[in-house]
Amino acid sequence: MPRRDFNEEAYVIDSIKFGVLPPHEIMKMAKVTVVRPEIYEADGTPITGGLRDPHFGAIEPGERCPVCGNTREDCPGHFGKIDLARPVIVPHYSETIYQLLQVTCRACGRLLLPQDKISGYLRLLSRLKKKWPQLASNFSVQVRKEASQVTECPHCGARQFKVRFVKPFTFYEDRPEGEVRLTPSDVRERLEKILDDDLRLVGVDPEAARPEWMVITALPVPPLSVRPSITLETGFRAEDDLTHALTEIVRQNERLKNFLVSNAPETMIEDSWLTLQHVVAAYIDNELPNMYQLTHRRKRPLKTLAQRLKGKEGRLRGNLSGKRVNYSARTVISPDPLISINEVGVPVDIAKKLTVAMRVTPYNIEEARRFILNGPEKWPGAVFVTKSRTGKKIDLRYYTNYRQLAESLEVGDIVERHLVDGDIVLFNRQPSLHRMSIMGHIVKVVPYKTFRLNLLVCPPYNADFDGDEMNLHVPRLYEAMSEARELLLVEKHILTPRYGGPIIGGRQDYISGAYLLTVKTSLYTKEEATLILSRGGFKGELPEPAILKPRELWTGKQLASLFLPQDLNFRGKSKINAGPLKCDSEDCFHDSYIVVRNGKLLEGVLDKNAIGAEQPGNLLHIVALEYGVEKARELLDSLFRSFIRALELRGLTITVSDIDITDEAKQEIARLVETYKKRIQEMIRDYWEGRLEPIPGRTVEESLELKIIQELQRLREEAGRVAVNSMDAFNDVFIMARTGARGGEINITQMAAMLGQQTVRGRRIVRGYRKKTLPHFRDNELSPEARGFVKGNFRDGLRPVEVFFHAAGGREGLVDTAVKTSQSGYMQRRLINALQDLVVAYDGTVRDNWGNIVQFKYGEDGVDPMYTYHGKPVNIDRIIERVKGAR
Amino acid sequence: MVQKTKSRRIDPRILRHELVPEHRVLSLEEAASLMRRLNVKPWQLPRISINDPVVQLLEAKPGDIIEIKRKSPTAGTSIAYRIVVPY
Ligand SMILES: [Mg+2]
Ligand SMILES: [Zn+2]
Ligand SMILES: [Zn+2]
Ligand SMILES: [Zn+2]
Repeated sequence: MPRRDFNEEAYVIDSIKFGVLPPHEIMKMAKVTVVRPEIYEADGTPITGGLRDPHFGAIEPGERCPVCGNTREDCPGHFGKIDLARPVIVPHYSETIYQLLQVTCRACGRLLLPQDKISGYLRLLSRLKKKWPQLASNFSVQVRKEASQVTECPHCGARQFKVRFVKPFTFYEDRPEGEVRLTPSDVRERLEKILDDDLRLVGVDPEAARPEWMVITALPVPPLSVRPSITLETGFRAEDDLTHALTEIVRQNERLKNFLVSNAPETMIEDSWLTLQHVVAAYIDNELPNMYQLTHRRKRPLKTLAQRLKGKEGRLRGNLSGKRVNYSARTVISPDPLISINEVGVPVDIAKKLTVAMRVTPYNIEEARRFILNGPEKWPGAVFVTKSRTGKKIDLRYYTNYRQLAESLEVGDIVERHLVDGDIVLFNRQPSLHRMSIMGHIVKVVPYKTFRLNLLVCPPYNADFDGDEMNLHVPRLYEAMSEARELLLVEKHILTPRYGGPIIGGRQDYISGAYLLTVKTSLYTKEEATLILSRGGFKGELPEPAILKPRELWTGKQLASLFLPQDLNFRGKSKINAGPLKCDSEDCFHDSYIVVRNGKLLEGVLDKNAIGAEQPGNLLHIVALEYGVEKARELLDSLFRSFIRALELRGLTITVSDIDITDEAKQEIARLVETYKKRIQEMIRDYWEGRLEPIPGRTVEESLELKIIQELQRLREEAGRVAVNSMDAFNDVFIMARTGARGGEINITQMAAMLGQQTVRGRRIVRGYRKKTLPHFRDNELSPEARGFVKGNFRDGLRPVEVFFHAAGGREGLVDTAVKTSQSGYMQRRLINALQDLVVAYDGTVRDNWGNIVQFKYGEDGVDPMYTYHGKPVNIDRIIERVKGAR
Repeated sequence: MVQKTKSRRIDPRILRHELVPEHRVLSLEEAASLMRRLNVKPWQLPRISINDPVVQLLEAKPGDIIEIKRKSPTAGTSIAYRIVVPY
């Protein structure tokens, strides 16, 4: 077949129509009929009429195809066929076949509706198809429903019997003399008789899918390129799974043929026919229910046609929706608080492997020459040069005369140079759950082997540094690069469209650092102030010190203010504004109400509420919305760095003594335990004696459990309170808890006072032995300690039994995070697949691919949630604040 | 073929319920101009079943376009259109 040159414009695909492959097409396609199950002769040459017949196409080097005359480079491969001795049902069509058998006459094959009705419906259908395509398919469902109720053919008067279908391909007819199996031949005969117009009415297009084609008489055999054989080093040939499955089909087919010609007993023929049906079905799908699987010598099931397509590694999900790509890198990430949030540190080794195609112009030719002179090994160098004159690509790894190459460089050549500082790349961490999971970063080449990441971008990636790895991709076209810069750059994603607020922001040490810098008691000498400010890149003059004598001292608030926009006004509560430090007005002595006037932090500490990640309405959010994301990025790259410096100056750590409590507190806790225990014992006694008052809607047992859990909960809370009150509220553990940097009330309670009740599935622990949790207890014992109550704490240590209960409760947590991630991952996949093509059109409507309207205005109000105040398009309080601040 | 729904009696007071938004059948001219404005064919609109209680009370027929005015916390009122379908 000579190759044709296609005029691209003349062949634009307009639509694709799928149908059932008709027998005459199978015949026409087939260049060989397979009749022999053996593949090779004894001398190793392919058998004629076997599954490697040369007519399947040329595959060996130098071989000429007997069909098209091409060598293996140009031969497309050719189909063959197996003429089945008896027809066989294609299992995936049997549901359709079943429907057709139900609505057509078993004698004459007509649709089981009177002729006048059929004619009327046909007219209606053709009108519907034109005006209301969606309705046409619904109409067919109604027609089928109506016809399947009929018990006597209106055309020939034949009585109809019920047809029963057993998956995957068996049909029975319920005749008066008893149930009879319909052979594939019977089925095919009945399908042949159905008229084209009757088919149209029930929703089958006879042009694309005559129903008798669903019962095949000849099986197409794909060319060898679909099922290549491989030669192992040992010289043995290993055939593809498809070939193995086909061998089995040929073997069964030949056996059946023999029985037929030798007039074998009917049962043997039936048996062999059924086997053939099974093997053909398995060739198509080896995971059908109620079927034996084809296997490799009784072990691994064969991967047949359906298995190639299905599942995560299948053709669809594995090769079409997702592929492996070049120009990408993956390694462990580690933190670097000193690079910009827009940057990523790329190890030199990776920078030398990844390349950017640089088009040589009069303006960059000197730069390009310098790259070439460095060669492929020395960074920043070049790996390939493509000469525009000859179109030849020179590999610098094997072409060592760099000097000559650099001199002969011309405008228009393409130099594939190493990745250098300032290049834009895409950076990604799986699972990619939202659009911030892939962002654009500016390259900064660094030593060692890990990617470096500013800690402030951990929240959108959900990254930490306990061994996480991330992927990096280099956009290669100038369009892609500028698109990445304009749309994907990290600073463009400080605000998230998920909820109106900043997703990027401080966590942990940033929060402790911000608190320590801005707390009232923090005063800094000139030297300290300089250290803090220079870390943030501050270049201006120091302001007037807050304290002049005996030494010049600056407050942390003064220093932090130097980084804020000059006209920023902001008011809000700090995270520490709780408990005894609660305050609702500016007149706060606890420093827990933030006031920023004209860019000066006057009152309040900066903590999680002001600078934390994922805190809508915080300082960063206001700056990003009102001053632009560039300004917000500057703040993140300057002020936030100073927080870390302030933290480093002071030092933050925790020690066992931070969670020490006084002896009085210990005794108090012991007393509490005693009183609660006594109370619970009484409840248990009441229960055994049948005097316990049940909670409405609950059984007595449930009521007891609920009451006990409630009491123990209160016990832990009270114990925690006693412990906390006896501790120094300004030690480092408390600073972290109060500012929201890390840990909370429960963690302190568990460390200092008691662990409390451990639960499994929201109940006290009951599993273990038959009537008790552990051998230490009596049968059916209901006391707190027998059911997982831990009165010990982490500082003093747990008793062995307590360790066991704690482990039981902890295990549950691990199990359901594992379960939850897999389930929500699948849900996410389905949601994304359903929604990914929806688009906000230029007229503000939301539409799918066909232009169908999904919403008349995006989100009902046309508001982009990314630019809202936590979902609210307008923030009245903020407007008032700005007006007042302008005074 | 299209089955006539048995005329179940529907309490017309549902129209006054606060959770039932205002429904109105568009006139032919209104419908035509809507199609032009949105640049859609009728079947590209969201659908509403003929069996919907409000549709039955309005005595709308398949192919009619219904305008629905909903109260919205962010947009004040939002207007949606749905085409009546016989299923
Ligand atoms: Mg991790
Ligand atoms: Zn060929
Ligand atoms: Zn008949
Ligand atoms: Zn106060």
